[in-house]
Amino acid sequence: MATAAVMAERETYLNKEYGIRSWLLTTDHKRIALLYLISITFFFFIGGFFALLIRLELLTPAGDLVQADTYNKLFTMHGMVMVFFFLIPSIPAVLGNFLVPLMIGAKDLAFPRINLLSWYLYVIAGIMMLHSIVTGGVDTGWTFYTPFSTAFSNTKVIEAGLAIFVSGFSSILTGLNFVVTIHRMRAPGMTWSRLPLFIWAHYATSIIQLLGTPVIAITLVLVVFERAFNLGIFDPNRGGDPLLFQHLFWFYSHPAVYIMILPSMGVVTEIIPCFTRKRIFGYKFVAASSIGIAVLGFLVWAHHMFVAGISLYSALIFSLLSYLVAVPSAIKVFNWTATMYKGSISFTTPMLYAFGFIGLFTMGGLTGLFLAALGIDVHVTDTYFVIAHFHYIMVGGAVMGYLAGMHFWWPKISGRMYPEWLGKFAALIVFLGFNLTFFPQFLLGYMGMPRRYWQYPPEFQVLNVLSTAGSTILAVGYILPMIYFLWSMRYGEPAPDNPWGASGLEWTTQSPPTTFNFEETPEVTWEAYDYEHIPAPEEVPVER
Amino acid sequence: MFDNFPLWPTAASTGAGNVDALYIFLVALSSFMCAAIFTMIIVFALRYRRRKGVEAEQIEGSTVLEITWSAVPLFIFLFIFVWGAAIYFAERTPPRGATEVYVVAKQWMWKLQHPEGPREINELHVPVGRDVKLIMTSQDVIHSFYVPSFRIKQDVLPGRYTTAWFRAIKPGTYHLFCAEYCGTMHSGMIGQVVVMEPNRYEAWLSGGGTSGSLAANGASMFQQLGCPTCHRSDTQGRGPNLVGVFGKPVHLEDGRTVIADEDYIRESIVAPAAKIVSGFKPIMPVFQGLVSEEQLNALVVYIKSLSPPPSGSAGQPSGLPAGAELQQPKE
Amino acid sequence: MSDSPGAVETQKPELLHHFSSAEQQRDASTFGMWLFLATEIMFFGGMFCAYLIYRYWYYNEFAAGSRSINIWLGTINTAVLICSSLTVALGVRAAQMGKRKLLVTLLLITMVFGVAFLGIKGVEWYQKFEEHHIPGNSFNVDDIIHDYPQIHIDPQHEQIFFSLYFAMTGLHALHMVIGLGIFTFLTYKAWKGVYSPSYYTPVEVGGLYWHFVDIVWIYLFPLLYLIDRKPLR
Repeated sequence: MATAAVMAERETYLNKEYGIRSWLLTTDHKRIALLYLISITFFFFIGGFFALLIRLELLTPAGDLVQADTYNKLFTMHGMVMVFFFLIPSIPAVLGNFLVPLMIGAKDLAFPRINLLSWYLYVIAGIMMLHSIVTGGVDTGWTFYTPFSTAFSNTKVIEAGLAIFVSGFSSILTGLNFVVTIHRMRAPGMTWSRLPLFIWAHYATSIIQLLGTPVIAITLVLVVFERAFNLGIFDPNRGGDPLLFQHLFWFYSHPAVYIMILPSMGVVTEIIPCFTRKRIFGYKFVAASSIGIAVLGFLVWAHHMFVAGISLYSALIFSLLSYLVAVPSAIKVFNWTATMYKGSISFTTPMLYAFGFIGLFTMGGLTGLFLAALGIDVHVTDTYFVIAHFHYIMVGGAVMGYLAGMHFWWPKISGRMYPEWLGKFAALIVFLGFNLTFFPQFLLGYMGMPRRYWQYPPEFQVLNVLSTAGSTILAVGYILPMIYFLWSMRYGEPAPDNPWGASGLEWTTQSPPTTFNFEETPEVTWEAYDYEHIPAPEEVPVER
Repeated sequence: MFDNFPLWPTAASTGAGNVDALYIFLVALSSFMCAAIFTMIIVFALRYRRRKGVEAEQIEGSTVLEITWSAVPLFIFLFIFVWGAAIYFAERTPPRGATEVYVVAKQWMWKLQHPEGPREINELHVPVGRDVKLIMTSQDVIHSFYVPSFRIKQDVLPGRYTTAWFRAIKPGTYHLFCAEYCGTMHSGMIGQVVVMEPNRYEAWLSGGGTSGSLAANGASMFQQLGCPTCHRSDTQGRGPNLVGVFGKPVHLEDGRTVIADEDYIRESIVAPAAKIVSGFKPIMPVFQGLVSEEQLNALVVYIKSLSPPPSGSAGQPSGLPAGAELQQPKE
Repeated sequence: MSDSPGAVETQKPELLHHFSSAEQQRDASTFGMWLFLATEIMFFGGMFCAYLIYRYWYYNEFAAGSRSINIWLGTINTAVLICSSLTVALGVRAAQMGKRKLLVTLLLITMVFGVAFLGIKGVEWYQKFEEHHIPGNSFNVDDIIHDYPQIHIDPQHEQIFFSLYFAMTGLHALHMVIGLGIFTFLTYKAWKGVYSPSYYTPVEVGGLYWHFVDIVWIYLFPLLYLIDRKPLR
């Protein structure tokens, strides 16, 4: 057990060097992870602030809080900031950066300086995005549909497009780093079939980042050119085709949603074995399902376009493929559940978030079946049903997975324990607030309320009020962890090397690790999730 | 049943019930799956909670289970796919003989033209029990025509026609929404579809303005723009004879064969060089910018009226006297 | 074992601390470059996709536009780039054999070829500028329309051809410029004697990038300049 005195003397990656230069010029993957943590948290609260304004406006049917143009900018920038500046980087850039080398027994990622470059690109992109927000904003929707975005909108489309282009570069470099690292820098004995499933998930995610992101990059470049030089590539009034834009856009943006969910599935797949004290059920199938999702995810993009004017036969093909991609996700849910069978389960905060994840992801995923059904999609696409669907997955899934991972690895990252009872309390608030916010939106959608509506007919008000009430609760749930994590850095109980008795090489190092992670390169002779041979901690972390 | 807390809009069209049926099935299936999984998780969480002295049992996996719970969901998914596809196929296949209403969307209003003549803004009056086909285009950006009570939605694009159809089964007034974000007043681009008993509809129709039927308007536009100069039906003109052309294959001089549908007619007016009929020269003037979308619709309807109606149907109420002929240029 | 994680190479090939062997370091670097090139394929791929679709739809305008760009300059540029790839490959070989002077010479010749390519491209673009074929406010293709009285050329479709032409060749040229930057760095380091038979990875990796930029051009050239230069009918 580490005492505060021992901790003060011990060298860690945090106290090895002090000063702003040692942080801004670091190449230590763990410090870069913290740099990312600060920046994405900042953007999360910006995007969240926009969301609150949206929900406040929607308390009443009339547009009476902000003007229509302002509202259109709010939902646009909420989407852009949350997707590109929070969700896409979140787990990979924070938890992935921190843990990938540790989990495979390496001293750092393959390209530490490119890792730092990746963060700087993100920051530059973020500054560009912020600048476009404060100098007038964008109102095209995060989807930039043409010809509205190229020929009709009077807002900062070019700047926002370029900001997202730069952020895409950051994403590509992170993915590149992970793939090379996982291939080339595994410790001796760490074979592919012994890798933690968190690594498999990040591997699959990185493949998508590498192959998909360049397509949105070129699409946005073409939109910027079109707008700047009055071209007509996507504008029917000038000989172009708006559906070409949609195909190019969704070719990335659909796989992008798998970039957002796969890492959190990886997180949950680490947490459940630990708090059931048993190996994950069906390791090979879970690993294969991650790859399956990545591959199939590239084949379904036009399910966003069923009513866009594509041919009947295209629609049939994409609907069929969309059902195929649902299968690997279902497999994961079943495997997680089966892992709990005859386990020895404890209910720590990470495990509570994992439970929440399974529940909400299952609900969100099932509603994907509704949307993939052509006949139903005609009615519910472009309504609040879709909004509810993707928020269940991205917020109920990805964000809960992120919070689960933050709590699980916080002791390793900071060397401190967060207050367990507060953690559990916040998890409950998040879960309740989330469901109250988004479940009514399924009903609103089937009722016919379209999305991106500043004002709406009065019969939709009751459900909107419920949703807004939920969002305020959800906001509290998000603010709490930020407060107590910060608090714990100074006053939290010092963390032992392995407070949870978890498997994984990261837990064999001290908390927090030294700069170079391992004294000696580990040699792996055991399978992943070797819980048979790992003693449970004597007690679950003491509650204060 | 749920008047104050409704769960879905009135099912006011023939297709709505089919959509709702699949929806209810999916709700039931999802509820069942959620109940099954959540119950299992809760039962496991309670039954297998951490207890002193009780070890977890290390279970590697089970290939049989994995195959089963991959194959069974896949089979169910394929079933849903087929059901959804069948509904969609019907949604996208308008019946023959449907009344054709032309829709022009613009920021931020809906303009509708009945074939008999009346024009409406943000409102569409239709009789109960009649098949109505919407032929739609946009003047500016992408919009989407959405009537929740009919369960229909179709994006409306600039530069081409898209179509949707419905048959209303219940008199009433139903929301019409724009469902594709189109700028400032996207949420204000709403209206209503008014479904009336047939006799009341006839009354409404005849009480309307005297703007003339779409086809008659088209006929007079055809004259005004000088089309008969080249498009003659009496002798070989400089342009193809338009009588009977609609709906038939057309051989182009680049070797392709296309069907002369609404899009073809419209394109031939705004961008005539895109498809030159075999044996003719590319000399037709370009009318892009010289005619509005509504005028284009009128011309299309007029040219359609020059073809016999599809067999087995009573044809369109075109408003022209029976036996309408291609107007010859005044000599 | 160096102190700080990001040790900069000195005169000797430095094994970066987080790698366990020079071979691992070299493998990782080349693998990383191959992955990066895969992303570049996807990047250019989006534009190729748009080009192929519009070429199919607006065949006449694209063929007429293709005819109006200078096939001789395009051919010369193709030869220039192929030669430059040869000098790059020879340069990597020189580095492998430890021949510093030869390496520096070959890298410099490569850069000369690269500059020549950009210069010729500039001449091509200037020709287009004079002919008012650059998309934008002064775009005018009356001359092309005049050249083909028997077929109809839609100026809007012609503008799409030129938009894609400039986007594709422009982004390619940008990648060339970046390549020249990389090679400036490589030449400097080579001149300082940093590379040796046991450490020449940056030359190899830079060479891979250069070859890729060359290959993109090999695809661009026939698509833009060569395919069926005569409009049908």
